[in-house]
Amino acid sequence: MNIKILGTGCPNCKRLKENTKIAVNELGVKAEVEEVTDIPKIMSYGVMSTPALVVNEKVVSVGVLSPKEIKKFLE
Amino acid sequence: MDIFYPIQLFANWLVYSVFSLSSDSVIGSAVNFFIYDSIKIFILLAVIIFAVSFLRTYVSPEKVRKVLAKKFEFLGNMIAATVGIVTPFCSCSAVPLFIGFVESGVPLGVTFSYLIAAPLINEVALAMLWGLFGWKIALLYVASGWIISVVVGFILGKLHLEKHIEEYVFKIKMNQTAETAKIVLKERAKESYRDTKALIKKVFPYVLIGVAIGAFIHGYAPENFLAQIAGKGNLLAVPIAVLLGVPLYSNAAGVIPIVSSLFEKGLPLGTALAFMMSVTALSLPEAIILRKVMKPKLLAIYFGIVALGILFTGYLFNIIM
Repeated sequence: MNIKILGTGCPNCKRLKENTKIAVNELGVKAEVEEVTDIPKIMSYGVMSTPALVVNEKVVSVGVLSPKEIKKFLE
Repeated sequence: MDIFYPIQLFANWLVYSVFSLSSDSVIGSAVNFFIYDSIKIFILLAVIIFAVSFLRTYVSPEKVRKVLAKKFEFLGNMIAATVGIVTPFCSCSAVPLFIGFVESGVPLGVTFSYLIAAPLINEVALAMLWGLFGWKIALLYVASGWIISVVVGFILGKLHLEKHIEEYVFKIKMNQTAETAKIVLKERAKESYRDTKALIKKVFPYVLIGVAIGAFIHGYAPENFLAQIAGKGNLLAVPIAVLLGVPLYSNAAGVIPIVSSLFEKGLPLGTALAFMMSVTALSLPEAIILRKVMKPKLLAIYFGIVALGILFTGYLFNIIM
């Protein structure tokens, strides 16, 4: 599974990254968590607010989520 | 009938009966002020943030963009400034938002109206102003902030500044638009509750510190001490207030209680409004972030004209009030 965090490096983006890592660990799924900070690349996903969560190249949510909420997208 | 009267009764009981402080003493009055204001502000914050967050679940930036992409000016500026009030704004989203708007053909001036209104008129400032200055001044703030956003955006649009945007912005293609899942009422409420909790958690230390300093000024600063040094006669007071507001970005929650006490001690309303607007609308971190999409000249013109709009508002209210 490939997970990307789209964000410009703001505190909220970092929080989403941390929470995603927690969710991945708790579920024990095999996944790589990547951070995308390049603006043209972020925009190519069609989001206008950051941070956004991308699972297997599909934007699943925008905003900071708790590890519990992230798990729903990883199952 | 003041709906906050029961809070006053509670504060009186706590301070005068439980803490046994005298109602005539300075410390008694300052502590009472602190308790009353903190409780009132947190109630207002909870109610207003929840209401705005709920409204917000209906207006995503993606939807706003679709509406504004129809190229019309002035009316477009008005719609942009209005949605700017309810939409979330974190300076880290400023760049993607700016690019998203420009990419879909939203006129530059309309984009600016949105960029000005989003931080300038926000739910935290609204709740704090309502709690500390009353609904009339809160409304005055919202109305003048809205007019600044519309007019400044319109003027910026007329200046044809497109050439001062970084070239790469125009090359970006958003090939897919994030689809938003349909959500039901219960989920909207749940989401609003979550946002409200997160936002209150974020601002609450600033509110408490701000109200504590405000209570101190309320109790200990001499009456009218500001009327002499920063009164209406001092024309430099408004620009100084605007400059002082720039480094205080994102601390509207902490600043408004202090301004409210200074206002009570003779700071003119126009100067107070200009200061609060400068705190919310002009910020260094936002300027640094926007530099990624705007060339320095555009950035300077943008912040310069917003500052002029705030100055004008400050002088205007000092003259008419």
